[in-house]
Amino acid sequence: MSETKPKKTTGRVNSFKIIQAIISVLFLAFLSWRLYNVISSGVYGPDTWVRFAISGLIIGSVYAVIAIGYTLVYGILFMINFAHGELMMIGAFSGYFVFEALKSIPVAATGMSFLDSYQIISVVLAFIVGMFMAALSGYFLEKIAYRPLRGAPRLIPLISAIGASIFLQNAAQVTFGPQRRTYTNPDALLRSQGWRIPIGGEEVILTYTGVLTFVLSILLLIGLYTLVMRTRYGRSMRAVAENKQTAALMGINVDRIISNTFIISGALGGAAGVMWGIHNGIIYHFVGFIPGIKAFTAAVLGGIGNIPGAMVGGLLLGIVESLGPAALGIDFQLKDVIAFSILVLILIFRPSGIVGEVLTEEKV
Amino acid sequence: MAMLEVNNIHTYYGNIHALKGVSITVEEKEIVTLIGGNGAGKTSTLRTISGLLKPRLGDIYFEGEKISDTPAHELVYKGITMVPEGRGIFARLTVFENLDMGAYSQPDRFTFDDDLDRVYQLFPRLKEREKQVSGTLSGGEQQMLATARALMANPRLLLMDEPSMGLAPILVESVFETIVEINKTGTTILLVEQNATVALSVANRGYVLQTGEIVLKDSAENLRKDEMVQKAYLGIE
Repeated sequence: MSETKPKKTTGRVNSFKIIQAIISVLFLAFLSWRLYNVISSGVYGPDTWVRFAISGLIIGSVYAVIAIGYTLVYGILFMINFAHGELMMIGAFSGYFVFEALKSIPVAATGMSFLDSYQIISVVLAFIVGMFMAALSGYFLEKIAYRPLRGAPRLIPLISAIGASIFLQNAAQVTFGPQRRTYTNPDALLRSQGWRIPIGGEEVILTYTGVLTFVLSILLLIGLYTLVMRTRYGRSMRAVAENKQTAALMGINVDRIISNTFIISGALGGAAGVMWGIHNGIIYHFVGFIPGIKAFTAAVLGGIGNIPGAMVGGLLLGIVESLGPAALGIDFQLKDVIAFSILVLILIFRPSGIVGEVLTEEKV
Repeated sequence: MAMLEVNNIHTYYGNIHALKGVSITVEEKEIVTLIGGNGAGKTSTLRTISGLLKPRLGDIYFEGEKISDTPAHELVYKGITMVPEGRGIFARLTVFENLDMGAYSQPDRFTFDDDLDRVYQLFPRLKEREKQVSGTLSGGEQQMLATARALMANPRLLLMDEPSMGLAPILVESVFETIVEINKTGTTILLVEQNATVALSVANRGYVLQTGEIVLKDSAENLRKDEMVQKAYLGIE
């Protein structure tokens, strides 16, 4: 009996691997065939492909910023903060109200509103307030919804996170109303304006909002990476992520690190919200949900808990989601299906993500 | 006044009564050892002193100050550092980063370099491996790293939990040589060990723990001669 048991296990693993390989090959063959058909049919000119790629990179960079929030919290508490998308929503609303408020302040010297007179200051203010409000919400979220459950079985804070997410959505709906609102950007950031790049006889518009979003995201990612990997503070965050008790023995205040992690992750979510508002224009109480889940997918794609992984995963997901429907010749509304199919496939075949972190026992 | 005074502490894990009134005193510059079998409460005693566990009854005083209500991360600033059981290396941080975390309570960069030199002198092997991810170190090197990391906090009282655990006999010897060396520089050491033979060979005094109670306390020399200790912990019939 005892000799047959291990054999059985290896047999099972092998058959799973064979099935996995066969499915992957068939799937890739199918994808290549679709891609070949679409490209050879010439439905889309080169300008269209560039347009898709650009919008994919922009949305991907926002996903990356949100995904970092998931990954930071997961890295330290081993829980998925499902209310993270709502922090983004709070950031988006804060930025919206800053713009609205500044629009209503007249400046005598220019005869225009504050928003149009001091455009850079206005945008900076929107980001600061958006990040601050989301960071504050993140701080209280942890204090109220997660800290009392520290040490409880892992499913329980997860349920609390989903509850917090629903609560924040509904609180926003009650407070701000269910209607969709449109961001009024300052003149320099009108959503239709941008650099015009001629590609294959057509013009592709590289919008200013898109460039702002992309550049700012990359700066945030670099800043965060530097903070975590190169500073002593970041080192202490990684120490807490690895072993809370030993970290406490070093003199690290673990509770404070956890609080600060939620503050940092909230601030990133808030910045993503303001970028979303400025670039896409429309916000409402539910605006954080889909990007939140997408960013979660991105974080899983890159290997949850892994910061560079979340960055790569976010950009990759944005591009795949944007190019995917065109490349496969399917309806554009199916882009969410592509994103979530990726989530399911990654969870089944490579739960450690593409960057491939070796998970410690505690995390698994 | 003793440096560390543990007065009749009772510690529980949930409903399990792990320590049933343990009292220990450690004088300055001593090496004191707690010996005992599995589940005797050695580790629980250290964890209670270091603030990771809270005693339900009893007090702990360090240099006259009550510390039984102080959280673990604040005790480091008072001068108590622990090398935890199983070493507690931050496996994905490099050797240098681990040592830097050890100095977390010492914000002064100037003394940091001196401290780093000092521990590298004590453990030259660690300097060679400075940039290496510490999860890839051997068991002996990890024990060196855990000890070095604790020393980076410039402790006055060093708590060590089973430094010999999982090490080859030849390494155990060198670990204990280092412990004596550290003690000579003026650091007081409270040592928990299953390997009573080596522990009693370096310690000044010892306590024998059994099922959460101190059953014997004496100088290390007398404990080595004690019939009960010889039979139960030293393997001498």
